[in-house]
Amino acid sequence: MRGIVSLAIIYSTIRLATPLLLAAMGGLFTERSGVINIALEGLMLAGAFTSATVTHYAANPWIGLLGGVAAGVFIASIHAIACIRFEANQVVTGTAINILMLGVPTLLSGALFGTTGSTPQIPQTELIPNAPVVIAFVLVPSLWYLLYRTPFGLRLRAVGENPEAADTAGISVRRVRYTAVLMSGALAAIGGAYLSIGQSSLFTRNMTAGRGYIALAALIFGKWRPVQTMLACLLFGFAEAASIQMQGVTPYVRVEYIQIIPYVLTMVVLAGFIGASRAPKALGQAYRKEM
Amino acid sequence: MLELRNISKRFGHVLANDRLNISVRTGTIHAIVGENGAGKSTAMRIAYGFYAADEGEVLVDGKSYTFTTPHQAIALGIGMVHQHFMLVESMTVIENIILGAEPGSFAALDLAGAGKRIRALSQEFHLDIDPDALIEDLSVGQQQRVELLKALYRDARILILDEPTAVLTPAEVVEFFHILRRMREQGKTVIIITHKLDEVLAISDEVTVMRDGRVVGRRTTKETNAAELARLMVGRDVLLRVEKGAAHPGTPVLRVRNLGMTAAAGARRLVSVSFEVKAGEIVGIAGVEGNGQTELIEALAGLVDPIRLTGEVEFEGRNITGCTVRQRKELGIAHVPEDRHRRGLLLDSDVAENSILGVHFREPAVSRPSLVMLNEAGIRRRAQDVIRDFDVRPPNPDLPARALSGGNQQKLVIGREFGLPPKLLLVSQPTRGVDIGAIEFIHRKLIGLRDGGCAILLVSAELEEVTALADRLLVIYHGKIAGEVEPGRVTNEEIGLMMTGGRV
Amino acid sequence: MKYFRHLLFPMIAIVAAFVVGAIVILLIGDDPIYTYQLLIGSALSWPDGIGYTLFYATPLIFTGLAVAVSLRCGLLNIGAEGQLTVAALATAWTGITFGNLPAWILIPLACMAAIAAGAVWAAVPGILKAKFGSHEVINTIMMNFIAAGVASALTQSYFKEPGDPILQTRPISVAAHIPRLGQLFSFIPERIPTNVAFVLALLACVFVYLFLWRTKWGYEIRATGENPKAAEYGGVSVRKQIVLAMAVSGGLAGMVAINEVLGYRYRYYQGFSPQYGFTGIAVALLGRNHPAGVLLAAMFFGALTRGGLFVDIFTENVSKDLVLVLQALVILFVAAEALFRGQFVKRRIAKGVKAS
Repeated sequence: MRGIVSLAIIYSTIRLATPLLLAAMGGLFTERSGVINIALEGLMLAGAFTSATVTHYAANPWIGLLGGVAAGVFIASIHAIACIRFEANQVVTGTAINILMLGVPTLLSGALFGTTGSTPQIPQTELIPNAPVVIAFVLVPSLWYLLYRTPFGLRLRAVGENPEAADTAGISVRRVRYTAVLMSGALAAIGGAYLSIGQSSLFTRNMTAGRGYIALAALIFGKWRPVQTMLACLLFGFAEAASIQMQGVTPYVRVEYIQIIPYVLTMVVLAGFIGASRAPKALGQAYRKEM
Repeated sequence: MLELRNISKRFGHVLANDRLNISVRTGTIHAIVGENGAGKSTAMRIAYGFYAADEGEVLVDGKSYTFTTPHQAIALGIGMVHQHFMLVESMTVIENIILGAEPGSFAALDLAGAGKRIRALSQEFHLDIDPDALIEDLSVGQQQRVELLKALYRDARILILDEPTAVLTPAEVVEFFHILRRMREQGKTVIIITHKLDEVLAISDEVTVMRDGRVVGRRTTKETNAAELARLMVGRDVLLRVEKGAAHPGTPVLRVRNLGMTAAAGARRLVSVSFEVKAGEIVGIAGVEGNGQTELIEALAGLVDPIRLTGEVEFEGRNITGCTVRQRKELGIAHVPEDRHRRGLLLDSDVAENSILGVHFREPAVSRPSLVMLNEAGIRRRAQDVIRDFDVRPPNPDLPARALSGGNQQKLVIGREFGLPPKLLLVSQPTRGVDIGAIEFIHRKLIGLRDGGCAILLVSAELEEVTALADRLLVIYHGKIAGEVEPGRVTNEEIGLMMTGGRV
Repeated sequence: MKYFRHLLFPMIAIVAAFVVGAIVILLIGDDPIYTYQLLIGSALSWPDGIGYTLFYATPLIFTGLAVAVSLRCGLLNIGAEGQLTVAALATAWTGITFGNLPAWILIPLACMAAIAAGAVWAAVPGILKAKFGSHEVINTIMMNFIAAGVASALTQSYFKEPGDPILQTRPISVAAHIPRLGQLFSFIPERIPTNVAFVLALLACVFVYLFLWRTKWGYEIRATGENPKAAEYGGVSVRKQIVLAMAVSGGLAGMVAINEVLGYRYRYYQGFSPQYGFTGIAVALLGRNHPAGVLLAAMFFGALTRGGLFVDIFTENVSKDLVLVLQALVILFVAAEALFRGQFVKRRIAKGVKAS
């Protein structure tokens, strides 16, 4: 009996951590390049909605996935242009995008399907429950390698720590940051797509329910490093899995108290109680050539 | 052979470079001198491709080029080391050096190969740097050598160095010059931008003098001297003469006893510092930047967390080591910070609001009986007083502080602090980035304050300023007081010796 | 004349947002002119349009002020959502537990509970930032989740009617009810839910103005927001200002509970807030972090909310989420306009120097 329970929890943990991991890896890119990405939530929603819709019309989840990625990149480009070209406050634009993605899918679903936010149900055969999981976990070592062993990663890190130094070395700070933000759009969108055409079979309004923010928290918890972020995502996934298991089983401890543990932990980590949390130095600052 | 022909560059209203003509011969060490703001850095940044000139051309070995990015300049063999290092602290030496010129393929960095090459260059030019070290663990002098390696790694033939000795101790300067001579031996061309005339005379072969964005003279170093260069730099005979009567020091107002300070990372910034400042006297602190002067002033102003301090600070007989900035202000200690933009002013607020910063919690800024509500009339009056007494222009209290020139901003800050009124004034780099007219004004005000009975502790990187103003001079070196001298009685050489740890 | 400049950019942002919104409406297959007529018309009718507009604006005034105060100190309080949640629960608890007290004690007590709960909830991330430097954005977001979880748990454990399937508390005692404006003024029909909390919101605007620009505490907060280093050198305790600003901000956000619990639903109802906290950010930005601007912006968004309901019912395809989209677009355009403002400031400097 115990064996089955714990195996189920492991599967659950991995499944629940997957969307977090995908979004967090995307966030890793942007934040290491110096751009705060609060918009992960909205990017996930964009990916979730678009892939569900496209899958419905194309009857093929892979095309749907591509559609989701395209949507993620498109929305991310709005964030990128606002923050990089117009030097808008990055947290504010991110929040705006999240609000936008609460409203837009509903409007579009109303127009396309006549519903108030949901897409039509997709048959079992047209779902991809496993591919995104594989993608997510393969991403971790790939990203590590990209970040620490390739020129692109070196430049990305330099831009996030000292954009002026990178600029002097002839690197286009803007181009690096745009690339990073667009990549995060793609990855977060895959995370969202997993929710709508992997884990379930349709999109519902606000289906991410804050996962984008949790992914950001995992990123901070993981000190902006690939492997640690993955562990953080697994931890948060485990917390969610455990709380689902416990629903109805233990009336003594309210399920909500288990659910909030990851959030409290994040705040604790952020305060530096578990080792210093060193953000990329130039995080959140728009870069403009000084005199 | 590097040449700038008719280069002009404008930033907004400011004409930073005005039809410059500069030529540098291959294999020489060429100095470009001028005061702060003369346009030297701008000109060289154009040569390096960091800025694009509005007019004119850059010629390398006779061929004309217009650079739009540093890449092109680097490809032609021009390298630049900036005044503020462009290093990523959390990365290693190798990573910093190869940034932008990464060896290996797009899929894999060849860190080992780069490391070998860096070690070889380091040996050839006597630079002595470990490629795997983290930048944040290196000393300032070492970091500068990493910057040199960056240029050498890219096969620079022409090296442009912007104020390279600003952060070096005199001993490190000697080493640095040795490295420059070695580079000249190896056929490199070196351009130094500086305002330190003694160094120009010591190391360069030729000199170009700039003033207000123009070239005003070109000399062979052997054939000129400091006086001539200074005259060209400033346009008139420069000898900082301050009308200063004798001081009449009274009782000690500030007593510092065995003050020690550790920095956040554990390094000792101040070691057993003891001295006193009496009412009615100016005590100057001379030293190469980075030897603890900044930390000393901050500790005295109350900006350092007391747990990092040992020893005692006594003001008018009272131990104030643990007092906050606010408490010290209430006791009568004023502070003119060395970085007025970042530490002294609220640039986007108006002059009136800036004039009460630091005294905003008491009259006339607040009104009775609550002492909470701000008193608009009182604030305006205070602002007008400062504007009038310190000749702040334009005399408009509603202008944002950002709109004032550097000199006027400094006068605003000084006027505000003088209005405390202070019994002790801590002042750091009072005339940095300030025009000549304002400099004389500020000096006169400081002397006036002293004559009124205030005690003044003055830190300045300009040796002439601190020797002219101070009644007593303390020299600081590696966080310790190396000695005390009377400014009229010692030569600059002797002071310089003390600044580097030697003994007079 | 000076105010014209302050109005110009927000107006441009609004117009731009509406233009993009019109495109979206077209894509969905409806008529933008008709939709916008419906939107604005239903918000401005009397008495229902304006009445409901003010009702929807009330919580936005509070959260808008909350975010504005935090921004004046250089902090972004995204936690208004969580702050108003705990405040609502605290207010409901007060209204239930002390229900025996007479109204003239109970109502102020419940109001203070709202403000105090919000203030404390915001002070926690404030203290974390002041002491440890941890970023308030993430911490406030975390506090939002924690608030939702704790409120849900506490409601279910202690305050729910047994057997009630809806996640809400028992009703508060009648003594804690605050009257609707319609009950006080005869020319307003009683069916309109705008209540005394709206008046409190107006007073809050005045309070925030006086606090920020007429007291030394406000001066210190603004100085900290503008240049913390210079403020520190001027003797201001930056840490204290951070906590103070967050507490005041949280207290303002908490006042939403007064409108919701004491003036409308008369209980705590999980999920009562349709993103008031996040919309407050839009309101603060549009209102340029000034109480007068916040008031206008909140009424504008209130009008949008009101209009959105009508648009939802009376158009083919457009739902009330159009309002969310317009809000988000406004935020984006306002945020981007900061770049243009940079140019404007430079020109003002040039004029000022010439004038001397």
